[in-house]
Amino acid sequence: MDWTALSDAELEALKLSLSVASRSVLFSLPPALVVAWLLTRARFPGRTLFDAVVHLPLVLPPVVVGYVLLLLFGVRGPIGAWLNDAFGIRLAFTSAGAALATATMSFPLMVRSMRIALENVDRGLEAAARTLGAGFFDRFATVTLPLMMPGVLAGAITAFSAGLGEFGAVITFVGNVPGETRTLPLALYGALQTPDGDAAAARLAVISFSLGLAGLLVAEFIARAMRKRLGS
Amino acid sequence: MLAIDVKKRQGAFALDVAFAAPSAAVALFGRSGCGKTTLVNLVSGLLAPDSGRIELDREVLFDSARGIDVAPERRRVGYVFQDPRLFPHYSVRGNLEYGARRTRAQPRIDFDRVVELLALGALLERRPRELSGGEEVLPYLERLRDELKIPLVYVSHQFEEVLRIATFVVLMDRGRVVAQGDVASISLNPALRELIGDDAIGAVVDGRVVAIDAKTRFAEVAIGNGRVNIAGEALAVGQPVRLQLLARDLILALEVPRGLSVRNRLRGVVASVADDGHDASLVRIDIGGAQVIARITVQATEELALREGTLVWVLVKSAMLRGHVFHGPAAALDV
Repeated sequence: MDWTALSDAELEALKLSLSVASRSVLFSLPPALVVAWLLTRARFPGRTLFDAVVHLPLVLPPVVVGYVLLLLFGVRGPIGAWLNDAFGIRLAFTSAGAALATATMSFPLMVRSMRIALENVDRGLEAAARTLGAGFFDRFATVTLPLMMPGVLAGAITAFSAGLGEFGAVITFVGNVPGETRTLPLALYGALQTPDGDAAAARLAVISFSLGLAGLLVAEFIARAMRKRLGS
Repeated sequence: MLAIDVKKRQGAFALDVAFAAPSAAVALFGRSGCGKTTLVNLVSGLLAPDSGRIELDREVLFDSARGIDVAPERRRVGYVFQDPRLFPHYSVRGNLEYGARRTRAQPRIDFDRVVELLALGALLERRPRELSGGEEVLPYLERLRDELKIPLVYVSHQFEEVLRIATFVVLMDRGRVVAQGDVASISLNPALRELIGDDAIGAVVDGRVVAIDAKTRFAEVAIGNGRVNIAGEALAVGQPVRLQLLARDLILALEVPRGLSVRNRLRGVVASVADDGHDASLVRIDIGGAQVIARITVQATEELALREGTLVWVLVKSAMLRGHVFHGPAAALDV
C-alpha cells in the first residue's frame, strides 16, 4: 500500500475536522460581530474586564478552556443539563461539542480581526448614511458591515484554519471518539501513540500543514481583493 | 424658515447662537473655527446642542426644554460634507439611490432630473474610486437650488461663495452671530469689514440685464435707478444678475464729470458718512432702492463736504458679476 494513501479513519478525521471547523465559524460569527461592535463602539462599565474575558482563550491553556466548558456544558453542568432537558441537545462527547470547544478557542481571533476592521471603517460614511435616512441596523447592514467585510472574512478564514487543529480544548471537553470528536490533531496524536503509526502521523501532519497554509493564503488574498474593490 | 437658538460647548470652544433665517438659501459665513460647521452638525442632528431649540419649516428638530431630539435619519436634512463621502462599495448610481430610497419627502425628486442637473449620466455605473474628483461643488448646488428649489444652508469662509449662493447671510465670529440679514444689507454691515478686510468690502446689488451690446458683448444692467455695464459672457436680456461694487472701486463726484474714461455712473444721495479707522471714510449712497458703499480719503470727504443728503454721482470703475441670481424670489419657498 502506498504510504501516502489515507486510511478510512484518517479520511474520517479530515472530514470531521472540516465539519467541526465550519460549524464553529458559523456559530461564532454573529456573536463575534456583536462583541467586536461592543468593544469598539460601546462605552459601558466593566468594558476592560469584558475585553480581557473575551481574550482569555488566547492565554489560557486549552485544557483549562475545555475543563470550564465541561463544567458548564457537560451532562451535569448547568447549561449542558438545561440544553439536554429543554431541547435534547447533547454537547458532551459529540461533534457539536467539539465545534463549541473550537469556537471558544478561536473566538478571540475572530473578534480581534473584526475589531480592527471596524476601527478602520470611516465613521464619516456612517454619518452620511444617517443623514440620508438610514437607521442603526440599516446603516450597519448597508455601510458598516460591507466596509468591514475584508476583516470579517479574513478573521473567519483564520478562525477556520485554527479550528481545524484545535486539540486541547476538544480532547478535554468531548474526548476522543472516532467519527464524533476525533479530529485531525486527535487522530495524529492517536497515531503517535501506536507502535507503527509513524506514516499515518506524517500524512496527517502534511494535511494539517497544507490546510493551515492554504487558509492563511486565502484569507490574505480575499482581504486584498476586497480592499481593492473598496478602493482603499 | 430656519430658527435656531442653541448653546454648545466643545472643550474650550463655546457656541452660542440665535438667528431666524426667513429665506431658502442661507449662508453661514465666518473664519475657520468660528463654529459654522458645528452649527450645521447641530442642524443635521449629528451633534446635539447642550441646550436650546432648532426649528425647520415649523418642525421642531430639537428642543431641550421639551426633550425633543429628532434623530438625524429622521430629519430629512441632506448634508453635503466638505470632504467627499461616497460609499466606496456602491456605484455612483447606488450612492444617489441610497438617500432617494430612504427619504419620506414628498414630492419625490425625479432621479433622472438630478442626474441631468449634476451631469452624472456618464458616471452612473462607476465606482467612487474610478472618479477623478476635485470638481467644484458650488455650481451644482446652484443648479439644485434654482431648478429643484431645494432650500439650503451653505457654510463658507469665502465671501465670494456666499455672494453666489445665498439670499440670507448669518455672520459668525468666535461662536457667536455678529450679524444677520439679506445679502445686500450684510454687504454693507460694518461687522463684515472685520471679517474680510477693507479691500474686499463692497455693496452687493441685485439687478437685471436690460441690454447687450452686439459688438462688445457688454451687458447693461439696471441697478437702483441707474445702469452699469459689465463684461459678462452668456448673459441674456431680462436675466437677473447679482453685482458686487467694491468700495475701493467707487469714485464720488458732485457734478456730472466730463472727459473721463469711466463710463458707469449712478446718481445718488449720501445716506451716511463714517470714519473707517484707517484715514478713510466709508460713504453709503442711496441709488434708489439700493445702497452702495464707497471708500474715499478723509480729505476728499472734507473737500466735497459730503454729509447725509448730499447729491452725488457715483462713478463705478468696475462692477463684478457675482453669479446669476436665482429665478423667483427665494421667500416664496418659505412655509
